[in-house]
Amino acid sequence: MGAFREALERGEFVVTGELAPPPGTDLTSLRHSVETLGPYCTALNVTDNQGASLHLSSLAASRVVLDMGYEPIFQQTCRDRNRLALQSDLLAAWTLGLENFLAVTGDDPRSGDHPKAKGVFDLDSTQLLQVAAGMNEGHDMLGRDLAGSPGFFLGAAMFPEAEPWDAQLARVEGKIAAGARFFQTQAIFDIDKLQRAVDALHPLGAKVIAGVLVLRSPRAIDFINQRLAGLMIPDAIAERIKRADDPRAEAIKLATEQVREISQVADGVHIMSLGLDSAVGGILQGAGVRP
Amino acid sequence: MIITQSRDWARIIADLESVEAKRVFLVGCGECATSAHTGGIPEVADMKQRLEDLGYEVTGSTVPQVTCHRAGTRLELRKHAEEIAPADAVVVLACGAGTQTVAEAVAVPSFPGLESLFLGSIIHNGEFEERCQMCGDCVLDQTAGICPVTNCPKGLLNGPCGGMWEGKCDVLHDRDCVHVTIQRRLAEQGRPARGTIRPPKDFSVKLKPGSVNQRKGRGTGGKR
Repeated sequence: MGAFREALERGEFVVTGELAPPPGTDLTSLRHSVETLGPYCTALNVTDNQGASLHLSSLAASRVVLDMGYEPIFQQTCRDRNRLALQSDLLAAWTLGLENFLAVTGDDPRSGDHPKAKGVFDLDSTQLLQVAAGMNEGHDMLGRDLAGSPGFFLGAAMFPEAEPWDAQLARVEGKIAAGARFFQTQAIFDIDKLQRAVDALHPLGAKVIAGVLVLRSPRAIDFINQRLAGLMIPDAIAERIKRADDPRAEAIKLATEQVREISQVADGVHIMSLGLDSAVGGILQGAGVRP
Repeated sequence: MIITQSRDWARIIADLESVEAKRVFLVGCGECATSAHTGGIPEVADMKQRLEDLGYEVTGSTVPQVTCHRAGTRLELRKHAEEIAPADAVVVLACGAGTQTVAEAVAVPSFPGLESLFLGSIIHNGEFEERCQMCGDCVLDQTAGICPVTNCPKGLLNGPCGGMWEGKCDVLHDRDCVHVTIQRRLAEQGRPARGTIRPPKDFSVKLKPGSVNQRKGRGTGGKR
């Protein structure tokens, strides 16, 4: 069993980081991020063509993480592959030693760098979780026995701040019924809404790892609010960073406060550094979740 | 109804030039393209004028009742045989099915004058919205009569996705998230759907090309 799963099941507060595989074959910056984030994180998420834009596959990049001695969370979106390819890559992931799997819908191709691409969405992420859970039980999605089966620790995404909450919760309940055991959230700005999500999910046996964004610059804030799907930074927070004498330092201070608050509420924190990997160790130490 | 819109004029002219056509016969459609104001009597007359302004000779025109009806369209075109005979090409103001029906019935090249967009509803006169993908595996029974395959840009059966915000769609921010709308409508009808997971779609019923022969028993899409 992987350290990530073990820590969550033991009730330890976990830290996950996020890695964007390179838009090419040069692994230098990926390795640098792994070296910077790895020592502070229980596991590292490896995104799948994030932002609907071309990157090295999560499969290959996850293996890089593993080979460097850290634990990856292999991600798959439903956007780029049909059910055959999704299943095939899940089998591949297990043979490569990847134990943690996060299933997400994926951004629409229209928002990425290949806007003329066909969005596949043959399965949705709830269905993909069902497929992966079935594989854990030794069969493919048609119920046929696999010649050797995986034992993935299954996770999904959720957005605790998105209203209407009942619609969110219904979807999350479906994902848990499909096999999700941990949830990683989009960026949290309202701790009460995070508490609401944790209160709803814990009785269902699922863990919640809350997202924190390091809002490194005014430009990053505008980019997120305008371009990234489903991330809305409240005006008060945006103004706090934008009006600061040193926006970068203020962003680190804000993230530190957020991690500290989250550590009182959730099962873990997922840090999205937006390229500011070097600040992550300090944020975690400042929040008291890492020595 | 099949919703169409006018094809880029430069492409129509390029098509005609590709076969050095000087004389053109025009065909509209009395059904969908008439309702969509893209291939009825006024639009065929308008195209005749535009072509003549460019020096083309329009040898004649017709608007069959239903251009995708093979027998009816053949009969209609036979009535215009003397106008079609001197034509170098035919331009069809109908959907892709209508254009192919005409192409099958005449010897000279037939070109599309419209782009076929979707199967939709008339919201108001001249305003249309897509409603159906003709997927052959209908889920409207489970979704309160609102199609997520069509109305969700990602076509998810189980939603909303992670980009839903304040009840709005992740992709088209000015539209309501259809999954929220479906959940609301089901609840209003006393059919709460919490905890139900809709299974993956059966795309085998949509294999191309579809055909149905009701005289030989019930057909299904492209299944053989």
